[in-house]
Amino acid sequence: MSVIPISYYLVLSAILFGLGAVGVVFKRNIITILMSIELMLNAVNLAFVAFARAHGQIDGLVFVFFVIVVAAAEAAVGLAIVIMVTNNRQSLNVERINLLKF
Amino acid sequence: MSVPFLVFFACAFMAVLGAVLLLVSWEPIHSALSLILVMMSLAVLYLLLGAEFIAAVQIIVYAGAIMVLFVFVIMLLNAGNEERTDWSKIAKVVGLPMGFFLLLLIARSLSRSVAGAAIANGVGAQSNAAVSTRDLSTALFRQYLFPFEATSILILIALLGAWILARKDD
Repeated sequence: MSVIPISYYLVLSAILFGLGAVGVVFKRNIITILMSIELMLNAVNLAFVAFARAHGQIDGLVFVFFVIVVAAAEAAVGLAIVIMVTNNRQSLNVERINLLKF
Repeated sequence: MSVPFLVFFACAFMAVLGAVLLLVSWEPIHSALSLILVMMSLAVLYLLLGAEFIAAVQIIVYAGAIMVLFVFVIMLLNAGNEERTDWSKIAKVVGLPMGFFLLLLIARSLSRSVAGAAIANGVGAQSNAAVSTRDLSTALFRQYLFPFEATSILILIALLGAWILARKDD
Protein backbone atom coordinates (compact mmCIF):
# COMPACT_ATOMS: atom_id res chain seq x y z
CA MET A 1 0.00 0.00 0.00
CA SER A 2 1.49 3.29 -1.04
CA VAL A 3 1.59 6.03 1.56
CA ILE A 4 0.88 9.67 0.93
CA PRO A 5 3.68 11.87 2.32
CA ILE A 6 2.60 13.95 5.29
CA SER A 7 3.92 17.08 3.62
CA TYR A 8 1.08 16.96 1.06
CA TYR A 9 -1.44 17.33 3.88
CA LEU A 10 0.57 20.17 5.41
CA VAL A 11 0.72 22.04 2.10
CA LEU A 12 -3.05 21.69 1.71
CA SER A 13 -3.53 22.84 5.30
CA ALA A 14 -1.34 25.91 4.73
CA ILE A 15 -3.21 26.80 1.53
CA LEU A 16 -6.59 26.53 3.26
CA PHE A 17 -5.35 28.57 6.24
CA GLY A 18 -4.01 31.30 3.93
CA LEU A 19 -7.29 31.44 2.01
CA GLY A 20 -9.19 31.73 5.30
CA ALA A 21 -6.93 34.57 6.46
CA VAL A 22 -7.41 36.38 3.15
CA GLY A 23 -11.17 35.92 3.59
CA VAL A 24 -11.07 37.54 7.05
CA VAL A 25 -9.20 40.53 5.61
CA PHE A 26 -11.15 40.92 2.37
CA LYS A 27 -14.78 39.99 2.99
CA ARG A 28 -17.19 42.66 4.16
CA ASN A 29 -20.06 40.44 5.27
CA ILE A 30 -19.82 39.57 8.95
CA ILE A 31 -21.26 36.07 8.45
CA THR A 32 -18.73 35.31 5.70
CA ILE A 33 -15.92 36.49 7.98
CA LEU A 34 -17.12 34.03 10.65
CA MET A 35 -17.14 31.29 7.99
CA SER A 36 -13.56 32.18 7.00
CA ILE A 37 -12.57 31.72 10.64
CA GLU A 38 -14.19 28.27 10.55
CA LEU A 39 -12.15 27.52 7.41
CA MET A 40 -8.94 28.43 9.25
CA LEU A 41 -9.92 26.18 12.18
CA ASN A 42 -10.50 23.34 9.70
CA ALA A 43 -7.07 23.87 8.16
CA VAL A 44 -5.45 23.65 11.60
CA ASN A 45 -7.45 20.48 12.31
CA LEU A 46 -6.07 18.90 9.14
CA ALA A 47 -2.51 19.69 10.25
CA PHE A 48 -3.26 18.20 13.69
CA VAL A 49 -4.60 14.95 12.24
CA ALA A 50 -1.70 14.70 9.77
CA PHE A 51 0.90 15.13 12.53
CA ALA A 52 -0.93 12.72 14.81
CA ARG A 53 -0.81 10.15 12.03
CA ALA A 54 2.84 10.81 11.20
CA HIS A 55 3.98 10.37 14.79
CA GLY A 56 1.51 7.62 15.64
CA GLN A 57 0.26 9.56 18.65
CA ILE A 58 -3.29 10.03 19.89
CA ASP A 59 -2.89 13.53 21.36
CA GLY A 60 -3.35 15.29 18.00
CA LEU A 61 -6.74 13.65 17.53
CA VAL A 62 -7.81 14.62 21.07
CA PHE A 63 -6.83 18.20 20.25
CA VAL A 64 -8.91 18.12 17.08
CA PHE A 65 -11.86 17.01 19.19
CA PHE A 66 -11.40 19.98 21.53
CA VAL A 67 -10.95 22.39 18.61
CA ILE A 68 -14.27 21.22 17.16
CA VAL A 69 -16.00 21.74 20.52
CA VAL A 70 -14.57 25.24 20.84
CA ALA A 71 -15.54 26.00 17.24
CA ALA A 72 -19.12 24.98 17.98
CA ALA A 73 -19.24 27.26 21.03
CA GLU A 74 -17.64 30.07 19.04
CA ALA A 75 -20.15 29.72 16.21
CA ALA A 76 -23.10 29.80 18.62
CA VAL A 77 -21.92 32.91 20.48
CA GLY A 78 -20.64 34.62 17.32
CA LEU A 79 -23.91 34.16 15.47
CA ALA A 80 -25.87 35.41 18.49
CA ILE A 81 -23.70 38.55 18.41
CA VAL A 82 -24.31 38.84 14.65
CA ILE A 83 -28.07 38.69 15.19
CA MET A 84 -27.91 41.36 17.90
CA VAL A 85 -25.66 43.68 15.87
CA THR A 86 -27.83 43.29 12.79
CA ASN A 87 -30.95 44.12 14.79
CA ASN A 88 -29.27 47.29 16.06
CA ARG A 89 -27.49 48.49 12.90
CA GLN A 90 -29.74 47.05 10.14
CA SER A 91 -26.67 45.94 8.17
CA LEU A 92 -24.33 42.96 7.89
CA ASN A 93 -21.51 45.10 6.52
CA VAL A 94 -18.61 45.31 8.96
CA GLU A 95 -17.73 48.79 7.70
CA ARG A 96 -20.99 50.08 9.16
CA ILE A 97 -20.24 48.64 12.58
CA ASN A 98 -17.87 51.48 13.43
CA LEU A 99 -19.21 52.88 16.68
CA LEU A 100 -15.97 52.19 18.55
CA LYS A 101 -13.72 53.03 15.60
CA PHE A 102 -11.13 55.69 16.31
CA MET B 1 -0.81 6.84 -9.44
CA SER B 2 -2.43 4.58 -6.92
CA VAL B 3 -5.92 4.92 -5.54
CA PRO B 4 -5.04 6.78 -2.28
CA PHE B 5 -3.14 9.42 -4.24
CA LEU B 6 -6.07 9.89 -6.61
CA VAL B 7 -8.48 10.23 -3.68
CA PHE B 8 -6.13 12.68 -1.98
CA PHE B 9 -5.71 14.89 -5.01
CA ALA B 10 -9.44 14.84 -5.80
CA CYS B 11 -10.31 15.84 -2.22
CA ALA B 12 -7.53 18.44 -2.02
CA PHE B 13 -8.75 19.97 -5.27
CA MET B 14 -12.33 20.05 -3.99
CA ALA B 15 -11.23 21.62 -0.71
CA VAL B 16 -9.21 24.38 -2.37
CA LEU B 17 -12.00 24.93 -4.90
CA GLY B 18 -14.54 25.29 -2.08
CA ALA B 19 -12.29 27.71 -0.20
CA VAL B 20 -11.79 29.87 -3.32
CA LEU B 21 -15.55 29.81 -4.02
CA LEU B 22 -16.13 30.93 -0.40
CA LEU B 23 -13.93 33.95 -1.08
CA VAL B 24 -15.25 34.99 -4.49
CA SER B 25 -19.01 34.52 -4.04
CA TRP B 26 -21.02 37.57 -3.03
CA GLU B 27 -24.02 35.70 -1.63
CA PRO B 28 -23.47 34.42 1.95
CA ILE B 29 -25.54 31.32 1.21
CA HIS B 30 -23.16 30.36 -1.63
CA SER B 31 -20.22 30.85 0.74
CA ALA B 32 -21.90 28.56 3.28
CA LEU B 33 -22.50 25.83 0.69
CA SER B 34 -18.89 25.96 -0.54
CA LEU B 35 -17.68 25.76 3.06
CA ILE B 36 -19.74 22.56 3.42
CA LEU B 37 -17.89 21.26 0.32
CA VAL B 38 -14.57 22.00 2.05
CA MET B 39 -15.68 20.19 5.22
CA MET B 40 -16.90 17.12 3.33
CA SER B 41 -13.62 16.76 1.44
CA LEU B 42 -11.67 17.25 4.68
CA ALA B 43 -13.76 14.44 6.23
CA VAL B 44 -12.67 12.14 3.38
CA LEU B 45 -9.05 13.19 3.99
CA TYR B 46 -9.44 12.28 7.69
CA LEU B 47 -10.69 8.86 6.61
CA LEU B 48 -7.62 8.57 4.39
CA LEU B 49 -5.46 9.40 7.42
CA GLY B 50 -7.15 6.64 9.41
CA ALA B 51 -9.03 8.93 11.80
CA GLU B 52 -12.54 7.63 11.24
CA PHE B 53 -13.99 9.03 14.49
CA ILE B 54 -12.75 12.53 13.64
CA ALA B 55 -14.20 12.14 10.14
CA ALA B 56 -17.61 11.25 11.58
CA VAL B 57 -17.45 14.14 14.06
CA GLN B 58 -16.42 16.46 11.23
CA ILE B 59 -19.54 15.57 9.24
CA ILE B 60 -21.96 15.43 12.19
CA VAL B 61 -20.79 18.48 14.16
CA TYR B 62 -19.24 20.72 11.51
CA ALA B 63 -21.24 20.05 8.37
CA GLY B 64 -24.32 18.99 10.33
CA ALA B 65 -24.64 21.33 13.30
CA ILE B 66 -22.41 24.38 12.82
CA MET B 67 -23.18 24.91 9.14
CA VAL B 68 -26.90 24.41 9.72
CA LEU B 69 -26.61 27.17 12.35
CA PHE B 70 -24.88 29.41 9.80
CA VAL B 71 -27.46 28.72 7.09
CA PHE B 72 -30.26 29.27 9.63
CA VAL B 73 -28.85 32.70 10.59
CA ILE B 74 -28.36 33.64 6.92
CA MET B 75 -32.00 32.79 6.27
CA LEU B 76 -33.18 34.49 9.48
CA LEU B 77 -31.40 37.76 8.70
CA ASN B 78 -32.37 37.54 5.03
CA ALA B 79 -28.73 38.13 4.09
CA GLY B 80 -28.65 38.87 0.40
CA ASN B 81 -25.97 40.32 -1.78
CA GLU B 82 -22.92 41.63 -0.03
CA GLU B 83 -22.72 45.41 -0.23
CA ARG B 84 -19.94 46.51 -2.53
CA THR B 85 -18.58 49.50 -0.69
CA ASP B 86 -15.15 50.90 -1.53
CA TRP B 87 -12.68 48.64 0.12
CA SER B 88 -10.42 50.33 2.56
CA LYS B 89 -7.09 51.13 0.93
CA ILE B 90 -5.10 49.04 3.39
CA ALA B 91 -7.13 45.90 2.68
CA LYS B 92 -6.74 46.44 -1.05
CA VAL B 93 -2.99 47.06 -1.08
CA VAL B 94 -1.79 44.90 1.77
CA GLY B 95 -4.41 42.15 2.12
CA LEU B 96 -3.47 39.75 -0.66
CA PRO B 97 0.32 40.12 -0.26
CA MET B 98 -0.14 39.55 3.48
CA GLY B 99 -2.05 36.35 2.71
CA PHE B 100 0.81 35.06 0.59
CA PHE B 101 3.29 36.22 3.22
CA LEU B 102 1.38 34.25 5.87
CA LEU B 103 1.47 31.19 3.63
CA LEU B 104 5.23 31.53 3.15
CA LEU B 105 5.71 32.07 6.89
CA ILE B 106 3.81 28.88 7.73
CA ALA B 107 5.77 26.91 5.11
CA ARG B 108 9.10 28.28 6.35
CA SER B 109 8.46 27.65 10.04
CA LEU B 110 7.18 24.16 9.26
CA SER B 111 10.26 23.30 7.21
CA ARG B 112 12.60 24.71 9.88
CA SER B 113 10.96 22.90 12.79
CA VAL B 114 11.98 19.55 14.23
CA ALA B 115 8.92 17.98 12.67
CA GLY B 116 9.90 19.48 9.33
CA ALA B 117 13.29 17.80 9.48
CA ALA B 118 11.62 14.47 10.11
CA ILE B 119 9.19 15.10 7.26
CA ALA B 120 12.04 15.98 4.90
CA ASN B 121 13.60 12.62 5.73
CA GLY B 122 10.58 10.95 4.20
CA VAL B 123 8.26 10.26 7.09
CA GLY B 124 4.96 9.34 5.51
CA ALA B 125 1.64 8.60 7.07
CA GLN B 126 2.84 5.53 8.95
CA SER B 127 0.57 2.60 8.39
CA ASN B 128 1.89 0.51 11.29
CA ALA B 129 0.90 2.97 14.01
CA ALA B 130 -2.82 3.06 13.36
CA VAL B 131 -4.80 4.67 16.16
CA SER B 132 -8.30 3.34 16.67
CA THR B 133 -11.39 4.98 18.08
CA ARG B 134 -10.91 2.78 21.14
CA ASP B 135 -7.48 4.36 21.81
CA LEU B 136 -8.96 7.81 21.28
CA SER B 137 -11.75 7.23 23.81
CA THR B 138 -9.26 5.80 26.32
CA ALA B 139 -7.06 8.88 26.01
CA LEU B 140 -10.08 11.17 26.16
CA PHE B 141 -11.59 9.66 29.31
CA ARG B 142 -8.37 8.92 31.22
CA GLN B 143 -5.54 11.27 30.34
CA TYR B 144 -7.70 14.15 29.15
CA LEU B 145 -10.66 13.71 31.51
CA PHE B 146 -10.37 17.14 33.12
CA PRO B 147 -10.17 19.09 29.81
CA PHE B 148 -13.09 16.98 28.55
CA GLU B 149 -15.22 17.95 31.56
CA ALA B 150 -14.08 21.56 31.16
CA THR B 151 -15.42 21.60 27.59
CA SER B 152 -18.87 20.70 28.90
CA ILE B 153 -18.75 23.80 31.13
CA LEU B 154 -17.59 25.77 28.07
CA ILE B 155 -20.56 24.54 26.05
CA LEU B 156 -22.93 25.44 28.90
CA ILE B 157 -21.48 28.96 29.13
CA ALA B 158 -21.70 29.37 25.34
CA LEU B 159 -25.33 28.25 25.46
CA LEU B 160 -26.18 30.76 28.20
CA GLY B 161 -24.22 33.48 26.40
CA ALA B 162 -26.01 32.87 23.11
CA TRP B 163 -29.37 32.96 24.90
CA ILE B 164 -28.58 36.19 26.75
CA LEU B 165 -27.21 37.87 23.59
CA ALA B 166 -30.05 36.85 21.29
CA ARG B 167 -33.06 37.41 23.55
CA LYS B 168 -35.30 40.42 23.27
CA ASP B 169 -34.71 43.15 25.84
CA ASP B 170 -37.74 43.52 28.10
